[in-house]
Amino acid sequence: MDLTLTAEEEAFRDELRAWLEANHPGEGPGGGDQAEFEFQRKWQKALHGGGWAGISWPKEYGGRGATLIEQAIASEEMARAKVPRPANVLGLVMGGPVVIAHGDEDQKERFLDPILSAEEIWCQGFSEPESGSDLASLKTKAVKSNGGWKITGQKVWTTFAHEAKWCMLLARTDPDAPKHKGITYFICDMEQDAVDVRPLRQITGESEFNELFIEEAEVPDENVIGGVGNGWNVAITTLMHERAGLGASAALQLRIALDELAEMAKEKGLAEDPLVRDKIARLRIGIEGLRLGAMRALTQTMKVGIPGPEGSVAKLQWSYANQAMTELAISIGGIELLERDSLWAYRFLRARANSIEGGTTEILKNIVAERVLGLPKLR
Amino acid sequence: MDFGFNDEQQAIRDTAREMLAKRSPLSRVREHAEAKTRDEDLWKEICDLGWPGIAIDEQHGGQGLGTVELAILCEELGYTCAAVPFLSNAIAAHVISVAGSDEQRDRWLPGIASGESRGTVALEQEQPAIVVDADGAALLVLPGAGIVEPSAAEVESLDLIDQTRTYARASASGGDALAGESGMHVPMVALAAELVGIAQRALEMAVEYAKEREQFGRPIGAYQAVSHRCADMLWDVEEARSLTLYAAWCADAEPETLPYAAHMAKARASDSAWTVTSSTLQVLGGIGFTWEHDLQFLLKRAKVSGELLGSAGAHRDRVASFAGLG
Repeated sequence: MDLTLTAEEEAFRDELRAWLEANHPGEGPGGGDQAEFEFQRKWQKALHGGGWAGISWPKEYGGRGATLIEQAIASEEMARAKVPRPANVLGLVMGGPVVIAHGDEDQKERFLDPILSAEEIWCQGFSEPESGSDLASLKTKAVKSNGGWKITGQKVWTTFAHEAKWCMLLARTDPDAPKHKGITYFICDMEQDAVDVRPLRQITGESEFNELFIEEAEVPDENVIGGVGNGWNVAITTLMHERAGLGASAALQLRIALDELAEMAKEKGLAEDPLVRDKIARLRIGIEGLRLGAMRALTQTMKVGIPGPEGSVAKLQWSYANQAMTELAISIGGIELLERDSLWAYRFLRARANSIEGGTTEILKNIVAERVLGLPKLR
Repeated sequence: MDFGFNDEQQAIRDTAREMLAKRSPLSRVREHAEAKTRDEDLWKEICDLGWPGIAIDEQHGGQGLGTVELAILCEELGYTCAAVPFLSNAIAAHVISVAGSDEQRDRWLPGIASGESRGTVALEQEQPAIVVDADGAALLVLPGAGIVEPSAAEVESLDLIDQTRTYARASASGGDALAGESGMHVPMVALAAELVGIAQRALEMAVEYAKEREQFGRPIGAYQAVSHRCADMLWDVEEARSLTLYAAWCADAEPETLPYAAHMAKARASDSAWTVTSSTLQVLGGIGFTWEHDLQFLLKRAKVSGELLGSAGAHRDRVASFAGLG
């Protein structure tokens, strides 16, 4: 056991830290609109130019080929430097890795480069109004037509849909097969009239997500990834990519916010309040538990290929901590923190989605119970 | 960065797991708990393996390993709830190694390392102070008095709910004062590791039972009210383990971070072990409340060890200081 960074890891960190210092784009315009998105696109182009886009991608595909520990270091450094997120975050963490893992050479040639450069933005069309946690029950259908497919259905919770060129889209190609077997993974061109994008306004007032209404959208055969009927397996890979490496940077962001909260408690004269002390300590311990568990999981993955049980609870730890922390902030800061333009009010409301997005707490506990503990399935 | 065991650490863990599974099943723990005896045969084997000296330097007869290796053994001994005086003796080893004079170390550490002259340390700052496994010990370390031999101390036995080791309150004056001071952070880590082992064992008991026990025509582990409880237990166990291993590593490699890490580990492990053992009782249902079920040894040890060296709340108060609240 050795929690210090190796010489290579330290060099990696120092190089990135120096680069971020020299190239920090400053604060973005905010507001979640077009201007902010273009700011994020410009930032990703800068990252790409510096060789810091696709840190996890193999070098042969334009990435940096970083180890898992280096990826965690990189996301920590980005969180520490408080840089914006890259515009094409879904392409970088999900789309690209899926094409690399399941795509053929032509697909790699066609899709990978514009992901890194943020020329082509990616979005994800998995969830449907009737298929949330039970994703494999999805109904959007794809019917064979000349040299391709016609896709019809409805998708929901699609981030960046209005900016996206490509949608990672799951559709049913065989209605007679068992539900996990009849699904195919498509890369669907968003720039066609058959795809209607409507923003979905959330309780924070902004619209991070969209609904997609799809009426006979055309997708050519060469945009099927991983083979017809194999979409569920391909999708599982993307979901795993979505969760991998979340822990380290999430813990650091939580830690930064909790430090602000401790400062606020002191200003309010609550530093000696035993309840406040206990709650802040509980959060601190939970956040450190998240960080350390992520490091254990990365080590385990590098050694044997899969994370141990400690990795399976990372998202539970994160969503619980963020919700509890934002609730505590309101109780410490008082009613002014609930003003609509307060940052904590935003964080507090936004955190409500944490236990739903990317797998609900209940589904994740099912996974822990069934796959880690080996308990029987109810279904 | 490598947050996993090296080969030697893995070997220590595997050996301990295997040996204790054979030599200290819960049926044997029960025999000793009910007879109020210590498992002297097992203790002798443990001494032959050199465990008591694991973190004592080689010049004093130990193995010269660190707190990570100590924590590995503590977790395995907690997992089995073995009725041996390992923890108290390991704490004595630490305190005398850190705070003893050369002469005190030369005099006491070899006996502690071999297990032939066991030590135990008061786990409170005021006399009469709680001591674990004082009967049969060759030395006691008491606050304000230093090292005393048992004949020179007043030791009043405490009949606690945990019968897998002995507890007492001890007081004495005019002992051999320690040359320096020792923080109790490494002992906290050792206790936390023991608590992680207890919680791990209880979790396994709950899961095993939830797979087998059927009600309403299916295993109770298929019901989410039960399976989600088990998932929560895994979270408790793994978070406590991460924090405890981190604290153990800090003790060896980054001592300036040890106090922070040790308070976090002890707070989390105390809570986890209690939450998991009591939650296991709920999964077991009525059988878990009976004297004949072995869960009681884990549950009672979890509660008592959770209170030793300060309750979870007291440790969180210290963590709050580290979190910026002064």
